[in-house]
Amino acid sequence: MSQQIIFFLLAAITLTSAIVVVTMRNLFHAALALMVSFLGVAGIYILLEAPFLGMAQLLVYIGAISMLIIFAIMMTRRLMQTNETPFNSQVIGSLIGSLLVLAILVLVIGRLYPLAPADAVLQTAPQVDPAVLQSSVARMGRSFVSAEAYVLPFELASVLLLAALVGSIIIAWPRRGEEDNQ
Amino acid sequence: MDILDLLKSLLSLSLGDFIRRTFGTGPGTELLIDIGGVVMLSTFCLLIVIFLIWLTRKLIARMQDRIGPNRVGGRFGLLQTVADVMKLLTKEVIHPSGADWVAFNAAPILIVIAALLVWAVMPFAPGVIGVDLNIGIFYVMAISSASVIVILLAGWGSNNKYALLGAFRAVAQMVSYEVPMILALLVPIILAGTMSTKGIIDAQTIPFIFLAPISALIFYISTLAETGRTPFDLLEAESEIVAGYHIEYGGMKFGMFFLAEFINTLFWAGLFVTIYLGGYRFFGLENWVSADGYPYGRLIGLIVFFAKVFFMYFVFDWVRSTLPRVRVDQILNLNWKFLVPVSLVLLFAVAIVDKLIPTGTNAIVRMVIHLVLNVVIAAATLEILRRRGRQNRLATPGGGSGGAVAVPHDGHDGGHGHGAPQPIEDVPDVLDAPLGAREPVVVPVH
Amino acid sequence: MLAEWQYIGIFVALSPIFPLAPVVLNRLLGPHRPNPIKQQTYECGIETVGDTWIQFKVQYYIYALVFVVFDIEAVFLFPIAAAYGQLDLFAIGATALFIFLLADGLIYAWSRGVLEWV
Repeated sequence: MSQQIIFFLLAAITLTSAIVVVTMRNLFHAALALMVSFLGVAGIYILLEAPFLGMAQLLVYIGAISMLIIFAIMMTRRLMQTNETPFNSQVIGSLIGSLLVLAILVLVIGRLYPLAPADAVLQTAPQVDPAVLQSSVARMGRSFVSAEAYVLPFELASVLLLAALVGSIIIAWPRRGEEDNQ
Repeated sequence: MDILDLLKSLLSLSLGDFIRRTFGTGPGTELLIDIGGVVMLSTFCLLIVIFLIWLTRKLIARMQDRIGPNRVGGRFGLLQTVADVMKLLTKEVIHPSGADWVAFNAAPILIVIAALLVWAVMPFAPGVIGVDLNIGIFYVMAISSASVIVILLAGWGSNNKYALLGAFRAVAQMVSYEVPMILALLVPIILAGTMSTKGIIDAQTIPFIFLAPISALIFYISTLAETGRTPFDLLEAESEIVAGYHIEYGGMKFGMFFLAEFINTLFWAGLFVTIYLGGYRFFGLENWVSADGYPYGRLIGLIVFFAKVFFMYFVFDWVRSTLPRVRVDQILNLNWKFLVPVSLVLLFAVAIVDKLIPTGTNAIVRMVIHLVLNVVIAAATLEILRRRGRQNRLATPGGGSGGAVAVPHDGHDGGHGHGAPQPIEDVPDVLDAPLGAREPVVVPVH
Repeated sequence: MLAEWQYIGIFVALSPIFPLAPVVLNRLLGPHRPNPIKQQTYECGIETVGDTWIQFKVQYYIYALVFVVFDIEAVFLFPIAAAYGQLDLFAIGATALFIFLLADGLIYAWSRGVLEWV
């Protein structure tokens, strides 16, 4: 019961700050609200017994990505001074888009978790062995690098990170000899 | 309720067990114990800072051939900090014009929250720990990484160019040094096979500083930068940007930044002790349980832990009063061109070598193998630095490095371009500081 | 598992009290007589010129970018390090390749002069 109260509290925080993100005119405040939203998501991960994911959310999204966003806002001078409304008037397009997303979500979730009466779900909720939960992080680490599990995606992730680094440097960094024109 | 039982439980640091015995077990009792634990831990952190500030002032005064506080509260100035707190409490609350209300007021609160939260996984003695998370170290890294944002909040909210510049410097520095810190911490995690702080202490039959001295050194340097202490204190360099990101803060709001800095320093000292110096371990005495079932050994563990922590804290202050401040480019070069490559190589080597040692090998033999590995890596690093230093000296006419004077150019000093303390050249930074956007003067470093 | 995080949850809920108390106390005890000169931005003793939110060097952004990549790498490496005792040589090789690829990125950044603070 208390778990559900905490879940609704966290969900309310996440959604409210997400709405603030898209409606706020001041970009810096929008970025702050985004961080609160990330924090709420981290809390939900922990509530779902995935604390490693929650902490990764804190480390990567708040510690790194948010900072990158704030840096990007501060680097671009004109963005800070703009006071234009963040809304555009493409009502029909956005309506169609959100309806499509809703349809896909309903389809996917309905396929993965078939609907059942509420109390039946509560009774059939799988009981996970606490020992498995305790060692879940080490299990995850092992499956990252074992040949019969996810070693290929793992190495591909590394290649992706490398490509991201190289690509961002190529985009953001002036080429040799161009520094004078900057 | 039994007074003798209570006293014995207090002395053996097992108050939680006492509450469970008295009020029975159940979720309500656990909630009560948790709340009590949080309040005790936080109060301890806040109160110890009063002592720490006095200690730092005394220590640094002695090292600089002064006496330090000696008026308020007797010969040793013991109440000096209390008087300072009173002063901060009665100062006027000033809200600078143009400041962003939310960011300006949230930053001092959030920075203390972040500084307090990491203490949750600090093991003080066997069984005396907020909570033994199985991802303890990762939790610490996540919280301290997220707290960097708060500094940006303070700098941006102040509507002050110095504050913003200080915040940017602070973020660049803290973020950069998180990389070698994480990479260095992976070595003890590999050696212990767990991320839990208690698990790491349990694994240290031999303290990890003997198995991974390079990792310990890299971690130590990173914590210096992470807490923004000298020689890495240019985020609040008084002579350049006045006080950095908290320039506009006064009264208790400034006090909160000060508080967080001291709590953090003590925390990193404690984490160093936990990971590399064996924490509360003291020849098994810390697990001693008396005949009537009270674990008095915990008291021994607590004393041992704090003795080590205050030794590390002393080393922090020692470094602070010994080394001069380094430049922005030197700080970042030291990180990206020295600490990160070395820690990557170290991680690489430890991961392979420790796997090649057959399981069941004597702990001493394992230690010797790791020690030899560390010595080899250190010698190779110093040799590379020496060669690079020589190349640079040959390349620069006059033999100087970046125009710096009075740097001895022999032996292991070849690595000075990578951040060994040089005579401070304040001029470029002063030009850099007040204008911020202006292109700083090019400083010749390699 | 959740019992452990209950402690952290309580900590998060209670910890704002400790910094808030002195700040609020300061507000109550301290005088409050604002005037425009007192509230001026503290820079050099003269009035501040121009906007505070000036454009910053792209360098800061690049460091943040390199950091993000290493941060994500750390998220992958932490569980592997925790599982180290159960890994075979193949797994160690895979991890080594992972680290090597990231070191490559660092070397590229270094050779492009990105890490040079100018």
